[in-house]
Amino acid sequence: MRKEVLVVEKLNMHYETLDGPVAAVKDVSFVLNEGESFGLVGESGCGKTSVAMSLLQLQADNAKISSGSIKLEGQELVGMTENELRAVRWDGISIVFQGAMNAWNPVAKIGEQIREAIREHRPDNTKEENTKKIEELFNIVGLDNSIMNRYPHELSGGMKQRAIIALALSCDPKVVIADEPTTALDVVIQDQILKELKKVQDLLGLSLIYISHDIAVIAEMTDNMAVMYAGSVVEMGPTASIFNKPKHAYTRLLLESTPSVVGERKKLRSLDGEPPSLINENKGCSFSPRCPEPSKECKNQELDMKLIEVTKGHWADQCCVNCG
Amino acid sequence: MKKNVIEVKNLEKYYEISRGLFSRDKGVVKAVDNISFEIPQGESLGLVGQSGCGKTTTARSLCLLDPKTNGDVKFLNPESQVLESIDELDDDELKKFRRNIQMIFQDPYESLNPRWTIKDIILEPLNIHNIGNLTEREEAVKEILTTVGLTPPENYMPRYPHELSGGQRQRVSIARTLIMKPKFVVCDEPTSMLDVSIRISIMDLMLNLANDLDISYLYITHDLAVARYMCNRIAVMFNGKIVEIAETEELLKNPKHPYTKRLISSIPVPDPKYKRVEYELNFDELDEIVKNNPDKSMVDIGGEHFIATHDVKDILY
Repeated sequence: MRKEVLVVEKLNMHYETLDGPVAAVKDVSFVLNEGESFGLVGESGCGKTSVAMSLLQLQADNAKISSGSIKLEGQELVGMTENELRAVRWDGISIVFQGAMNAWNPVAKIGEQIREAIREHRPDNTKEENTKKIEELFNIVGLDNSIMNRYPHELSGGMKQRAIIALALSCDPKVVIADEPTTALDVVIQDQILKELKKVQDLLGLSLIYISHDIAVIAEMTDNMAVMYAGSVVEMGPTASIFNKPKHAYTRLLLESTPSVVGERKKLRSLDGEPPSLINENKGCSFSPRCPEPSKECKNQELDMKLIEVTKGHWADQCCVNCG
Repeated sequence: MKKNVIEVKNLEKYYEISRGLFSRDKGVVKAVDNISFEIPQGESLGLVGQSGCGKTTTARSLCLLDPKTNGDVKFLNPESQVLESIDELDDDELKKFRRNIQMIFQDPYESLNPRWTIKDIILEPLNIHNIGNLTEREEAVKEILTTVGLTPPENYMPRYPHELSGGQRQRVSIARTLIMKPKFVVCDEPTSMLDVSIRISIMDLMLNLANDLDISYLYITHDLAVARYMCNRIAVMFNGKIVEIAETEELLKNPKHPYTKRLISSIPVPDPKYKRVEYELNFDELDEIVKNNPDKSMVDIGGEHFIATHDVKDILY
C-alpha cells in the first residue's frame, strides 16, 4: 500500500459574482498516493484549474472555499493563515503554470527568478549553494547552464516550459501540479516535455497532479484519473479501467471524440450543446441535457449527484451507472 | 480521372533579413523552399509539420496574401474548367479569381472584427465583389448561416462576435468563407483554439460541407490525428520543404522519411490499450531510396507515395 500524500475531501469552492455565487468546484474528493500521477480531465470551464488553485489557495480574491478539507501529509491546508500557507507553497505543493510564455517576468533573468523562489524558502543557503541547485535542476530538465543568464524572450517555447518545470522543482516539493503544461506547444515539443516530466517524476519520486483537456495525454501520463464536468467529478478511477470500461456518458463521449493515429479510422462523435451555467443550483445529473441517451429518471432530474463504486477503485455518478 | 483544382510547382517564399543596421549584407530565410503538390477536385490535402516549418507561409502565398518569390501556382477556373496560372491574370481577372480561393484562420477570437455585427461580417465579401442587390445579399447571409448550423439566422445576424462562443465564432468564419461559393479553401489550424468537445462538430461540419458543395481543402495542422480525420492525402513539411506525401493511411502505416517517423511517434494515443509506434531515428531507408534514384528530388516509391531525397541528417540530429 502506497502512502497517501494528498487527501482532498468534499472540497467546495465558489466565486462570488454580482449575479450570485458560481459554484466552480462541487464536492470534489480524491487521494493522491506517493510517486503516483493523478489526471484531471474535462472541457474548458469545468473547474480543473479551480481545483488546482484551491489546493495552493492561490485563487482569485472573490473565490471562497466554503467547505471541505485538503490534507497534505496529514496537515490541514484549509483555514491556514497566509504566512503558514507561504511555507507550504513550493515546499509542499508547487505548480507548473499553464502557458509558460506568460509565466515569466520578462525583465528578469531566468536564473534570478528561480533563485528568488529558493531564497524565499531557504534563507540560509549561500549564493553558491543556490547556483549549484539551479545547475542540478537544469541538468534534470535538460537545459544548458548558460540559460540561467538569459531573459525569457531569448528562449523558445519548449525551453521556457522546461525552465518552468525547473522552477516548480526548486524547493523539492512533494506534490507538483502540472496545469496544461503542453497546451501551447506543438506535438514534437509536447512529446519531449512529457517525457521529461515522466523522467523527473521517476527520478525524484514526485507525486504529480496532471491537468489537461487532452484525453490522449492523460491516457499516457497518469495512473489514476478523474473526469470533471460542471465543477463535479463524474467518474474517477484507474486510468486503464476508465478507458476500458467508461461508465459515465460524458466520459464515453470524450473518448469517442478524440482522433487517434493508431487503430481503426473511425467516425468520431461530437458533443453538442454547452455546459450548464454554474450560477444556478442544478439538481440531479448536470450532464443530462446533453446526454445522448438519458434515462427517464435522469431526464426528470430525480437522482442526485453521487459517486458509487462500480469496480474496485472505479467510481462513477450513480445516474449513469444505473442507465447502463 | 478528376481534374486538379490546384497545382503548385516549385513554390518558393524567401524573406530577406538584414544583418545589423549598417550592413549591406542581406541574409535570406527560406520559409518555403521549392515545394510542389496538387489537389484533385473534392479531395483534401493535409499539410502537417511543427511550428515554424512554413505551413502558414505556404497558405498565405497560395491565397495571394503574401507575394511568392518564385514558382508556378495554377488554379482551376470553375467556368472554363481549365487550369490558369495566377501570374498571367490581370487585376480584374485576379479579383474575380479570388472568390474561388478562401481562407479560414486559426483564431476565431482575432479574425472577426469586434465592432461589426455577424451580418456585416458575412456581408462584406458580397459587398466587395458587388454580388446581388441588398435583399439578395441578406437572403444569402441567412442561407449560409443556416448551412453552418447557426439557426435561426435572425437570432445571430444582429449579434457581435463577443456574444458568441468560440465554436460559434468559428462557424461564422466558415460562413464568411463559404458565402463566395469557393471551390478551394485553405484552413489554417481551424480547430486548434477550440475546446475538445466542439472540435469534432466543427470538423464534421467542414467535412459535410466539402461533400455537399464539392470543396477541396488544404488543411494545415500540427496534429497528424486531426489530419487523418480530415484529409485524403497528407504532406509532411519540415524546414520549408515537403519531405513526404502519400495517401493518409499509407503515410501512417508505412512512413519512410525519418522526420515523418518522428512526427508519428510523438503523437500521444488516447487509449492505454494501444502503444505508440516508436520509430528510431534511422536514415537507412532514406539512403537506400536516394542511392537508387540519384537525380530526383522527389521519388515515387509506388502508389503515389513521394519521398524527398534532400539531405536532412544535419538538421534532424
